[in-house]
Amino acid sequence: MTTIAELPPGFVDKVLSAQSTFRSVMDAMARPGSVQRIVPMAGTPAAMMRGTAAIALTLFDHDTPIWLDAQLTESSDVVKWLKFHTGAPVVQDCSIASFALISDGATLPALKRFALGSNEYPDRSTTLIVQVDSLAAGRGFELRGPGIDGVATLQAAIRPADLFERLRVNEALFPRGIDVVLVADDAVVAIPRTARVANKGS
Amino acid sequence: MNAPAYNFAYLDEQTKRMIRRAILKAIAIPGYQVPFASREMPMPYGWGTGGVQVTAAILGPDDVLKVIDQGSDDTTNAISIRKFFAKTAGVATTTATEDATVIQTRHRIPETALSENQVLVYQVPIPEPLRFLEPRETETRRMHALAEYGLMHVKLYEDIARFGHIATAYAYPVKVNARYVMDPSPTPKFDNPKMDNCPALQLFGAGREKRIYAIPPYTKVVSLDFEDHPFEPYRFNAPCALCGAENSYLDEIVTDDKGGRMFVCSDTDYCEGRQAAGHHGSLSAAPYKEKAQGGSNG
Repeated sequence: MTTIAELPPGFVDKVLSAQSTFRSVMDAMARPGSVQRIVPMAGTPAAMMRGTAAIALTLFDHDTPIWLDAQLTESSDVVKWLKFHTGAPVVQDCSIASFALISDGATLPALKRFALGSNEYPDRSTTLIVQVDSLAAGRGFELRGPGIDGVATLQAAIRPADLFERLRVNEALFPRGIDVVLVADDAVVAIPRTARVANKGS
Repeated sequence: MNAPAYNFAYLDEQTKRMIRRAILKAIAIPGYQVPFASREMPMPYGWGTGGVQVTAAILGPDDVLKVIDQGSDDTTNAISIRKFFAKTAGVATTTATEDATVIQTRHRIPETALSENQVLVYQVPIPEPLRFLEPRETETRRMHALAEYGLMHVKLYEDIARFGHIATAYAYPVKVNARYVMDPSPTPKFDNPKMDNCPALQLFGAGREKRIYAIPPYTKVVSLDFEDHPFEPYRFNAPCALCGAENSYLDEIVTDDKGGRMFVCSDTDYCEGRQAAGHHGSLSAAPYKEKAQGGSNG
């Protein structure tokens, strides 16, 4: 039986670690495709990457319903850890979630099932945090849009392999849409709804 | 020295998380005003409570902070906010634009070009560009949702009909990333072109009105205009009286009650930097005059 004492710890320095993690995520969001590093480390329950854990401690609280994919839901460690350290309510209905944590991209639900915001309040949308295999090697992608001086390139091994194709719905939905944060260990790349991603060379 | 009674950078962590989430949404939807639960700050509304909250949410111990008020590092507002963060966050402060990583500003964009590793935080009094045309929030929200900005063009057209040109000189509306019309805060329209394709991230905080919005780096920002009345940045037709700059934004300073006036750079750091580099104007202080006597244009 797991007790709270066995839970991995949160940030050692809550204040400065959250600030440093936020700046990495903010820079990632402001410069889509750029790989940012998350330096401060917290205890991490199995099935969660170090970067994901730091982002959760930085952005989640009682105001942010979160949705977990099947693999994370099955891990009682993750659920307990999130509840204890962030207090964020875990919801079953992904259409009311502020954040969705995806550890197994193959089971990512259709994007339209998440909150997309309304035309009046496009900010009321779900931010996806997707754990991926690599943000340093893999297929090549080209990104265009606000935050990018011309073209940005990204090499990433991601699942689902068609994630960026699926995200093209953002183009027609704007200003509604889905923002995505990709995490590979301590590396973070953000794909805000304004980013247009194409396969390199296509 | 940190005041022990307060958290780092004054705000509590829950407030910072809420503001940080709003900032991320603001960056993802350029020019859209994200509502946030603005807190009461230890300074009155109108003194930059929105900018202060944004700065407090992003600031880290390694940052170097610069605060300007109408371009000046030396006014009460700028000094108070700089001291506030030096005290509550222990951060280094500077007046040199190129040394700063976070610049909080009231009503100006520095003359020195900004770089990728800088964040510009604006203090915003009225974030809604349509507010004086349509007082109802429900209506302006719908207008933004539908990208229905005809009213703003009518307002600019009325300027032309009445004055023969677009007379709006500050808070000149811009369109961000070809979607949202946005209030650049009451900056002079001289500064509007600097927002376009800027390498630095620009964040806007309105404390009383509880809105945060953003322009990501390298984003298209277009000042609204008409084909036959294109946007023109306004500048007094004079060089700076202290540093001789021909391309900076100028303040007009009345010097006596007989109509005497001088024009000086509103950006004090830019002006002082130019003077230190040997530039001088018609009313430079004595050392520059003495130095100039040996020169050709003393």
